[in-house]
Amino acid sequence: MFDTLKSRIYQGSQFIKDIENAPMREQFRGFPKFNAGEDFSACKDVCPTGALSLEPLSIDMGKCTFCGACERVCKGIELTNGYKLASSSREKLVITPEVDYENYLKSAVEVREEIHKIFGRSIKFRQVSAGGCNGCEMELNACSNVNFDMGRYGIEFVASPRHADGIVITGPITENMAYALEDCYKSVPDPKVVVLCGACAISGGVFQESEKLNREFLEKYPIDLYIPGCPTHPLTFINAVLSFIKK
Amino acid sequence: MVKWIKVKNNTRIDINKIPIIEISDMRSEVKAFNLRPIGFFGKEWGFGCVRLFVILADDANADLYLSSSVFGNDVKSYESFTQEVPAFHIFEREFYEQFGIEPLHHPWLKPVRVNQDKYPFFEMEGEEVHQVAVGPIHAGVIEPGHFRFMCNGETVYHLEIMLGYQHRGVEDMMLKNPSNQLAESICGDSVIAYNTAYSQVMETLKAINISRKAQLIRKMALEMERIAVHIGDLGAISGDIAYLMGASVFGATRTLVINTTLEMCGSRLGRGFVTVGGVNYDPSEEVIDRAVETLNKVRTDVDRMVKTMLKNSTVMSRLEKTGTVSLEKAKDIGLVGMAARTCGVDLDSRFDFPDKWVEELGFTRKTMNLKGDVNARFKLRYKEIKESISMVKKILAKLKEYKNEPIIAEGVNNKLTPDSMVISIVEGWRGEVVHIAMTDLHGKMTRYKIKDPSFNNWYGLGLAVRNNGISDFPLCNKSFNLSYCGNDL
Repeated sequence: MFDTLKSRIYQGSQFIKDIENAPMREQFRGFPKFNAGEDFSACKDVCPTGALSLEPLSIDMGKCTFCGACERVCKGIELTNGYKLASSSREKLVITPEVDYENYLKSAVEVREEIHKIFGRSIKFRQVSAGGCNGCEMELNACSNVNFDMGRYGIEFVASPRHADGIVITGPITENMAYALEDCYKSVPDPKVVVLCGACAISGGVFQESEKLNREFLEKYPIDLYIPGCPTHPLTFINAVLSFIKK
Repeated sequence: MVKWIKVKNNTRIDINKIPIIEISDMRSEVKAFNLRPIGFFGKEWGFGCVRLFVILADDANADLYLSSSVFGNDVKSYESFTQEVPAFHIFEREFYEQFGIEPLHHPWLKPVRVNQDKYPFFEMEGEEVHQVAVGPIHAGVIEPGHFRFMCNGETVYHLEIMLGYQHRGVEDMMLKNPSNQLAESICGDSVIAYNTAYSQVMETLKAINISRKAQLIRKMALEMERIAVHIGDLGAISGDIAYLMGASVFGATRTLVINTTLEMCGSRLGRGFVTVGGVNYDPSEEVIDRAVETLNKVRTDVDRMVKTMLKNSTVMSRLEKTGTVSLEKAKDIGLVGMAARTCGVDLDSRFDFPDKWVEELGFTRKTMNLKGDVNARFKLRYKEIKESISMVKKILAKLKEYKNEPIIAEGVNNKLTPDSMVISIVEGWRGEVVHIAMTDLHGKMTRYKIKDPSFNNWYGLGLAVRNNGISDFPLCNKSFNLSYCGNDL
């Protein structure tokens, strides 16, 4: 027991105190920035998911895997370390040169009175991996570790949909998971929210062209929050949920 | 008559030189050879025929044996290999599912990835026998799969694992639009292993030689991935025995490792690091120095926590003799990678199929005498973390010698060599990741085959939980930590 206590003391406290302003390493590839006046033609055809469009110039963060292929071939595009990428609207994820990070943050997640009233102090999610590669799943698990510790904000993943306020979907939604996903959604008591986490869930990501997907669920039910990333960084996820439930 | 050709890892094979033999011949040869299968897959061969390729690994000599057999359009069955060599069981099931050619007298010919609603579970009869069904959605934040336990009271007699929920049709997608980004999304916890295997396949087909620096960076990234996942798994095992101190400490220690990877390549899980032709990022000296410092700290933290745990009798009573797989069974069913090593089967493709760096950097295989239980899988991870940390440090020191080399090959062409096959084996943290590609006479990719170590090992988990309490299942499962999407593709 004394060894355990010693280990505990040695570890000290490691949680990120101010998660909303947590610094991010500069190498992280996040919010895209366009440098006006550069030649963008070299970026043509390098994007593996079709997130980058040249006419009109834009990057769809719902499709983007933040692989960095475009910024490596073309000075006009820079993936900054801006990690607050979430939006409550699918359209807003399409970033054009006119949208800068500051402005994006102001309007990306729509603040809803009823969401804050019901879930403001505590929101519990059931996570459903529907073809997810375990990348987003590992990062979502990391959200609960001692560094990020999202439990302190009342955000948690629970074991049963019956205990949940909403579901977080990862993966492109395979045909074989379509039934289980819908079943899970129906088991969550009302009122409930749906969060799409990662490029695969939002748009199919690198699996858009797969013939083994069944994404009908997304047409049937309303989506409340889109959280880009490949995989989604824990800071991106936690901040997304915090901005979703705030006043 | 040549019945097999001997080939090497990451080397172009002329398809026209691959022998075609009778399936009955092949069956007796496979039995006589006593080598393990790493590839057993079909390909449409025109006019309704199917050509079956079989690849056996001779791990002791770093050789691969390759042969094939053609089924005419009227042949719809053959005598199964599994009856003679059980390790073929999952390969034959997959072949049957993909091409409809039935291996006769296969003991458990069930779906691998499709038709789950028609899955025939094992049934047991008896007054106190009951079934417990779990999944596809599990309690934790993990991938989906269905488990069916046949229990007597609390004791599990048999566990049947039905997968396929993650099936995204990756092998077909690889033919249409192959990319590094797709390769690293096949199995997102083995990003570097998958991306390296894919890149090696493409480099061989495109005749690209990558720089020594790029080779070293890839090797280092692969070990970083191993360290990170193994530490995470130690934490998960701790969590499943309710030793929360371990779960917290290992969780925080893993963060240090993956954040170092983030500093090197911009992604915590190593995405975008490896590319066809080399690597995309060149860690600066400053980053390298910081990495060494971090790894030293990681080493101390892991040491301290593991030693504390191993001294704790309540921890040991949960780890020891839980979920045991015997050496004999491990060999029979063809376990690979880390799971095999914990049972005493010494398979490690880093040393079985070594590249030139293994000798140059003085990496040696160190074996442990382990008993195939959760304790073994805990201790092996600890050992591999320590070894990988020292490997990474050696590689980082060596990197400085090649400061001025390019990280990516110039003028990468897009033409694939026609009529070729390439086999690429990479030892990911779970075990061997095998990628096999074939091109036709126009240089078009016509078959892409992937084998994850989990493909072999899921059945091992089924054996491990036999005669254990059902409440120990999560612990057994975590100690294997197999991939669902690597299996389902």
